[in-house]
Formats: sequence, C-alpha cells, structure tokens
Amino acid sequence: MKVNHHLIFDMKKKYWKQNLIYLRILLTVWFICSFGFGILMAEYLNNFYLGGFPLGFWFAQQGSIYIFVILIFIYVYLMNKLDEKYDLKE
Amino acid sequence: MDSQFWTYLLVGITFTIYIGIAIWTRAKSTKEFYIAGAGINPVLNGMATAADWMSAASFLSMAGLISVLGYGGSQYLMGWTGGYVLLALCLAPYLRKFGKFTVPDFIGERYYSSSARLIALICAIFISFTYVVGQMKGVGVAFSRFLEIPFESGVIIGIGIVFFYAVLGGMKGITYTQVAQYCVLIFAFTVPAIYISLQATGNPIPQVGFGSKTMDGVYLLEKLNQLSVELGFEKYTDINRTTLINVFFITAALMFGTAGLPHVIVRFFTVPKVRDARISAGWALLFISILYTTAPAVAAFAKVNLINTVSNARYADVPDWFKNWENTGLLQFDDKNQDGVIQYVADSQINELTVDPDIIVLANPEIANLPAWVVGLIVAGGLAAALSTAAGLLLVISTSISHDLLKKNLNPKISEKGELWAARIAIAVAVIGAGLAGLNPPGFVAEVVALAFGLAASSFFPAIILGIFDKRMNKEGAISGMIVGILFTAIYIFYFKPQLGGPGTPDNYLFGISPEGIGTIGMFINFIIAIIVSRFTKPTPERIKQLVENIRYPK
Repeated sequence: MKVNHHLIFDMKKKYWKQNLIYLRILLTVWFICSFGFGILMAEYLNNFYLGGFPLGFWFAQQGSIYIFVILIFIYVYLMNKLDEKYDLKE
Repeated sequence: MDSQFWTYLLVGITFTIYIGIAIWTRAKSTKEFYIAGAGINPVLNGMATAADWMSAASFLSMAGLISVLGYGGSQYLMGWTGGYVLLALCLAPYLRKFGKFTVPDFIGERYYSSSARLIALICAIFISFTYVVGQMKGVGVAFSRFLEIPFESGVIIGIGIVFFYAVLGGMKGITYTQVAQYCVLIFAFTVPAIYISLQATGNPIPQVGFGSKTMDGVYLLEKLNQLSVELGFEKYTDINRTTLINVFFITAALMFGTAGLPHVIVRFFTVPKVRDARISAGWALLFISILYTTAPAVAAFAKVNLINTVSNARYADVPDWFKNWENTGLLQFDDKNQDGVIQYVADSQINELTVDPDIIVLANPEIANLPAWVVGLIVAGGLAAALSTAAGLLLVISTSISHDLLKKNLNPKISEKGELWAARIAIAVAVIGAGLAGLNPPGFVAEVVALAFGLAASSFFPAIILGIFDKRMNKEGAISGMIVGILFTAIYIFYFKPQLGGPGTPDNYLFGISPEGIGTIGMFINFIIAIIVSRFTKPTPERIKQLVENIRYPK
C-alpha cells in the first residue's frame, strides 16, 4: 500500500511539473507576441509590411489577439492529453 | 420606414426575448442562483462570458477611441483580450476544481481567514458597483439618443428588464440571457462593419479589408496616414515613443485586471468540469475576438469616411446626419474664420470641428449611408452589451452579500431557502441602487472604471495566483500583499486624478506611468510583499497544503 501511495504521489508530481513547463512556454509566446511585437518592438517591425499593414501595427491590433486565441486552444489540447496520460481525466 | 421605427421594433423584439428566457429559466436553489447549477455547456458559457465581458464601453466607445488614438488604441485591444490567456492557463481550471461559489469564497478558505474573506468581499463589491453604474448610464444614453425617451425613463426601463431576469433567474437566467445578448450584439457590430468594408475596399471581411487597397489603388491605412499628415495629425499607424512605456503598463494593468475581475472569474464556476473551464475560456476569447478584431477596422474605415465627408466641406452642404448629431452635442462646429467651410485639423487654434469619439460607432451607419434598419440594430446591440454586463456585475454584488457576508459571516445557520431569498433581495436592492446611481452618477464614476481594473490587478490577481501556485503562501502574506497593493494603487490614482480632487500633475508620474497603468506596479508590490511576509511568518497549515494539492489535479 505504501509503495502504491508513493507511486501516485510521484505521478502527480510529474503531472504538475509538465503542466508548469507548458505554462512557461505558452506564456513566453504570449508575452513576446503582445508586449514584444505589439509594443516594445513595434516601431522596428513597422518597417515591414503585411499587405497594407505595417507589421508592428498589425501585431498590436490584430495578430496578438489571434495568437491569444490559438494559445488557449493549444493549452486545452495539451492538458487534455496530459490528463489522459496520467489518468487524471474526470 | 425610418430608423426610429426600426429601433423601436428591434429593441422591442430583443427585450421580449430576454423576458421570455427569464421566465423559462427560474432558479430553484442557491446553487442554481449563484453558479447556474454548474451545468452550463462550455460553448454557451463562452458566449455568456463574452457578453458579460463586453460592456457598453467596448461596444459603443472603443472603436471611436481607437480611431482617435490610432496605434495608441492598441492598449485596449491587447489589454482587454490578453487577460483571457492568463485566466485559461493560470486561474479558471483550478478555481473550477476548488468548486465554490464566489471569489471571496476562495480567498477566505485558501487563506483560512474570515478577515481575508471580508477584504475580498469589500473589493468585489466596490469594483463591481463602480462598473455597473457606468452600464446603467449607458442604457439611459442609448434610450435618450435614439428613442427620444428622457434619459431617466431610459434608465428605469433598463432597471426593470435587468430586475426581472436577474431576480427571477439568478445566474441561470443571466447566463441564458447573456447568450442571446451576445448574438444580438455581435450581429449588430459586424453587419455595419461588413457593409463599410465592402464599400471601401470590396472585401467583405473587415479584418482583411482594412489592410487592403481602396478603390483608387492605394492601401487604406496608407491613405489614412496621408490624410492625417495633411491635417497635421500624427500618422495613424505610427508609434509615439514618448508614451510607449505608458502603453506597456496600461496594457499590462488591463490584462491582469481582467484576470482578477470577480464577475469574469465567477463565470468559470458555472461549467461542470475542469476541462470545461479550460475550453470555455478559449470559446470566450474566440467570441470576444470577433468584436475586438473588427473594432480597429471600423475605427480606420470610419476615420477615412469622416475626414472625406467633413474636411473642407461647405457647412451648407453637409449631409443630414451632421446636423442631427450637432443637436446632441457630440459633434460641434465653430466657424472661427467665418468662411462657411469646415476646417478639421490638428492645430486647435484653427480647428473648427470637435468630434466625440462615441460618434464613430453611433453615427457610422449614417456616415456610410447604410440602410435605416442598421441604425436600429446598433441601438439594440448597445443595449444588449450594457444590460448583459450590468447583470453579471449585479450578481457578484448580491452573492457577496447573501453568501459571503450573510451565510459565511453573520448567520451560518441560515437555511437554503432563506439564503435564496436573501440573494434575491440583495440583487433587487443592488439593481435599484445601481439604477439610482446611474440616474445621478457621482462625478467620479467615469474615472473609477479605470480604478476597477487597477484594483483587481493589484488585489485579487496576486492573491489567487499565489493561492494556487505557492503552497507556502499563508494568510499573513496574502492579506498584507492585498492591503499594500490596493492602498498603493488607490492612493496613486486619487493623487493623480484631478477629477477626483488629486493635486498631482502628469509631470510627477512615477516612471511616466499614468493612473490607468499603475495597477501593474501595484500588482508587483503585492507579489513581493506577500512572498516576503509569508517567508517570515507561521507556515501554512497542513490541511491548506492538502487543499492546494487537491485543486491542482482535475481528479
């Protein structure tokens, strides 16, 4: 029984660690695309064009929002798989 | 048929739908009243969250602000969407697993302290109340401008509708009404945008249209930049380096504030499972992004149309809508050089036209010559946006009183039935209180909506995040963090808001950060204080560590 208990504890620890890795990666992308491309680097990116959009302006008013949506759906996909792998699905 | 007829018809139809839904979804238990029985489909919850989130300001004022600010308006676009990533990744799933009714519930239990719960409950009520008064005022304005009903009667009609479905149905009624309201408002916002995009560029998708070429072969944004420069304004897409740091901090404050607003968080208590809470945040942002990516397109199209129509036009020749909006005072023409021609330029000495930003969405259909029914649609959409947000906020106020204050603090032995009645009475009082304040809004209300985000960012956000991700965070740390964070933010805002009687001037801003962005600093202060204090005080009890452990796993 004791061994089993430890095993579950170990598994849960791994699950949480993997979750934190996902969070770190996705939130880095979140920060770079909005605060980076949309604000801090926007002036430089405005030298490039996407159709009629200066690129920095596009990230600030369109691109960052699309990326936010995509990030959430990626997270949902990753976590649903992780839940199944560690048998933590409700 | 004129726009007046269409407005009456469309507002009448939508209001009938809301009342019908209210009768169909009466709440029978406190669980239904507070969190809709935790049985809402995640896609529908996404729609309800979107309507809850998008207020009269998002619908009526935001596009106009962007069209004035150009690139500077991006802070609202990113700030009011980016917070959902934080919600989905760092808050919603864990709070759903925690499985209680309110945000003060979480703070109170996680920090094993009724004083923490009390602080959280005061913040929740203050944030929600200032916010809801603005919505009530928005309802009155929409009625008075379009239906020629006095402002006061407009507010009273608004109160009546919200009263009916919020008191009867609680969260359940509010949720299903919000789903309907989302459909109304998104239809009302996108239809005129599609029309205008087609007119200007031949492309029916506004998001693509405003990066396309106009009929004369020049890119729309390039044309807008040229027009702006000719009139002496900054280029529309240019970035003003001196305000960039402020844009950064305002964006951050709005994002972290979003993730800390009780009426948004509580929506994720209404779905059945942890996985539903995650995906529901995704749906919510998808639905929100439809409006938020359309708004900057509307802003750019409307600005080009406005400049083309009024700049250097003879006053005698302006279209009818110009005179109509002059009567409302939203458009003001002062012929300074008496030449009978409208000079619309950046130089305030010569400029003769004052444009209220709200007009961009309100008068857009008329400026672009759209059919009369589109005007009616805009009014119905604006009302849907204001009412849905007001209802969500009012529910937070009422649950704070009936659940957190009455049940958890004053009278724990109250029966289920008694609590449900208390909740109904509390929401009724809150609706009427908000309506009265909306009739006669205290001067500070418009100013404190910015305060609401700053306060949410500097109080709830760190307390919740640390509650989930830091097992060692104890009540001493969390409480001192919240108090210092809020006080710092509130004092800074009051000090630098002349409208609130503050003596500060922009020259003395800390690092050039305006009151709208100071919540970001308040948040960091909260985090730092909380972590330091928690490391020097009694460790968290074992049962709380177990609780934190438990909310981290879906099963």
